[in-house]
Amino acid sequence: MSLRILTVDDSRTIRDMLKLALIQEGFEVAQAVDGEHGLEVLDDCAPEVIITDINMPNMDGFSFIEGVRASEKWRGVPILVLTTESDPEKKKRAKQAGATGWIIKPFNAAKLVDAVRRVAA
Amino acid sequence: MDPIEEIKQTFFQECEELLAELETGLLTLRAGDGDEETVNAVFRAVHSVKGGAGAFALDNLVSFSHVFETVMEEMRSECQSQSRETFDVLLRAADLLVDLVREARGGAVVATERTTLMTTELNNCLAQNAASPASECQSEDQFEPLMEADALGFVPQQIIFDDLDGDIEPTSSGQSAQIWSIVFAPHNDLYATANDAVVLLRELSRLGEIDTVLAMDSLPALDAIEPEHAYFSWTIQLTSDCSEDDIREVFDFVEDECDLEIRRLSNDIQAAPDTDTITPAPNDIDRFDAARSELLGTDPASDALISDTRTATTEAEPDETVETPAITETPQAQQAASPQQSTIRVDLDRVDILINLVGELVINQSMLAQHAGVSGFSKEQGVGTGLDELERLTREIQDSVMAIRAQPVKSVFQRMPRLVREISAQTGKIVRLETEGETTEVDKTVIEKLTDPLTHMIRNAIDHGLETPEQRTAAGKPAEGVVRMSANHRSGRIIIQISDDGAGINRDRVLEIARHKGLISHSEILSHDEIDNLIFKPGFSTAEEVSSISGRGVGMDVVKRSIESLGGRISISSTPGTGSVFTMSLPLTLAVLDGMVITVGDQALIVPLNNVIETLSPRAHKIKYLGPHERVMALRDQHVPLVDLGHLMGLRDHLMEPSGGVCILVENDAGAQIALLVDDILGQRQVVIKSLEQNYRKVDLIAAATILGDGRVALIVDIDAVICSRQSSSDHTIRPLEQTSLAS
Repeated sequence: MSLRILTVDDSRTIRDMLKLALIQEGFEVAQAVDGEHGLEVLDDCAPEVIITDINMPNMDGFSFIEGVRASEKWRGVPILVLTTESDPEKKKRAKQAGATGWIIKPFNAAKLVDAVRRVAA
Repeated sequence: MDPIEEIKQTFFQECEELLAELETGLLTLRAGDGDEETVNAVFRAVHSVKGGAGAFALDNLVSFSHVFETVMEEMRSECQSQSRETFDVLLRAADLLVDLVREARGGAVVATERTTLMTTELNNCLAQNAASPASECQSEDQFEPLMEADALGFVPQQIIFDDLDGDIEPTSSGQSAQIWSIVFAPHNDLYATANDAVVLLRELSRLGEIDTVLAMDSLPALDAIEPEHAYFSWTIQLTSDCSEDDIREVFDFVEDECDLEIRRLSNDIQAAPDTDTITPAPNDIDRFDAARSELLGTDPASDALISDTRTATTEAEPDETVETPAITETPQAQQAASPQQSTIRVDLDRVDILINLVGELVINQSMLAQHAGVSGFSKEQGVGTGLDELERLTREIQDSVMAIRAQPVKSVFQRMPRLVREISAQTGKIVRLETEGETTEVDKTVIEKLTDPLTHMIRNAIDHGLETPEQRTAAGKPAEGVVRMSANHRSGRIIIQISDDGAGINRDRVLEIARHKGLISHSEILSHDEIDNLIFKPGFSTAEEVSSISGRGVGMDVVKRSIESLGGRISISSTPGTGSVFTMSLPLTLAVLDGMVITVGDQALIVPLNNVIETLSPRAHKIKYLGPHERVMALRDQHVPLVDLGHLMGLRDHLMEPSGGVCILVENDAGAQIALLVDDILGQRQVVIKSLEQNYRKVDLIAAATILGDGRVALIVDIDAVICSRQSSSDHTIRPLEQTSLAS
């Protein structure tokens, strides 16, 4: 099952790692560099799953998730947040903003794909 | 390259950028100028380094950045009001991070003790912070775990890319299969976060065989349905050898958004007679799905119950045949994906090839112009105007190509704050570094070669220039010394100044050493500037004891030589008690030069235009003879040495009569002037510099060569060398006269 996935992260390294792991699985990957950019490209990339970082310039992950959930068209897209184990608080806030699930950093490719599959309808 | 290795290189590159941001951010905060975004940027930098390092299992980097991040996190709320000392610690931690990145990249190994020490220091910072009344209220419970920051045990996990296949197969029912009863009742929130009950049930079915019963009791009448509410719940009977944790993991993302009850019914499949008690129901996901579709299909009002994605994927399920818009590399996505990257990376070689070609083009263009002139095309004719246009365009192309190589000096300046911190720590001097004109641009080659001399000069400024805090206080100065580094453009060159507000040059000491080392004779009388400039002489070093900082066997003469190899000049001016200023003047580019074309004998030579002050026609009565070969020329209220360039360079045997030629008054960067006597001036033009050293060998008095429009090679005169050779050959005889002001 091929999926279109939008990754939102300000770190080029993380974006590249995500992409590598996801395209090896046969997914299509679009990238955005921050929340603002993520919202901008939604229509273009029509994602089926979104993976976003929390701590980003311009617009952080929380606002980005809220933005997606507020959009008529993309509110139903599952959103996974990239988070570290050390911040359960952030996990909770992301959940409140409307995140579907999370990926614990540093992530492992198999777990990443597994998490994506778990939320992809 | 291996894709992972490639990403790793990207990571290192990114680290460099992040760490530069971190340093700038911390410096801004230390200066009290930061805002919330600065704080965020600083955090992000450390966080991103940690994140990336984790992916590559760079343990040292991960654990230290983790400590660093944790400590900063604790300070976050008061980050902008931290003391200067705290920021100094953070800055040094940032330096360590830079070294750890370097280590990870294969550079020098960082001693473990250094990391341990820094960790302790960071924690101490925090302890002080916690002790300060401002933060007392909230620090108590947070502080304790930080004492063991070292032992936080952040374990990096390496990404393994070859385990992608397999794994998510349904777990086979082994002998120890058990029957689980799961009651799952989603809340409204579950759908609001784009979770989907169907997906969860499907996930559950991978664990083993499932029987699912749908409870629709709470489903209201059609007109009362809220499309986004959750009305269904499920009772699932799962036969699997999995553990309760495995089941919980399926509901991991939604545990707060549903009621979940998991019970183990039996240890044994055979002993499961109570299946009958469960209401007959669709027993697999497909049937459930079908039922749901049917149900929902008849009711458009509840369409929203199905998420958009769900619909989208079901429609796209036949797959392959459906053309979905490619989202990966579409131009828009690419363009949009990189708002920050309005730059491209180009191999430097390519730029150099381009510059070389443009150089040839310039030469070709001037040859063409010359031929056109010889052939008698006047300016009024089409050819003439076309040639003018060509000349303008060529020059514009040349400027634009040069601009590609131009880079702000920031990259060099940026390295200095760290250096200053290190040296001030070693010397115990308190130093503030001020920089100005970081955005001034200069050719990349020049920048690269500037790092070492600048580093050395900053070391010197602090080690030799500035006094100790005690000495400063005693002299009535603030204990904190200031080293300033500035860059700006002046008349086609870049001027870089490094100044300090230290004690200035100790001239008596310099003279004593110079005489002692035989650099000057005992009878020689020197001006203050000349004494100061003695420190650039080879073999001169004032350091009474070789210190670990500046005494590395490199003197100012090496600095001078490296600046000169760039076509630059360096000079110093110093005022006792108030400090010294080193001024470097460098060409903006090493590729072209505005020059004056002159002739000497049958040779065409180029004098760099930035050395030329004025041109004069010499009058016999203004020339004074000081011997058979020495002449000076009266110029307004002073006398300057008159040098026959042709004679000096060996192009003719005897001195030329002044009346037969033209004089060009030239000056070097130290301000010394001489008048050059030449046959004729042909004009001014931009010439492409061709290195003689690379193509032939170093020639005295000649800086480089170029090719003229008529195809002839013309040598570019090294004015400074001419002035120096003049001074060294006849220093003592000329000097007193030079300094005498003539009234008549």
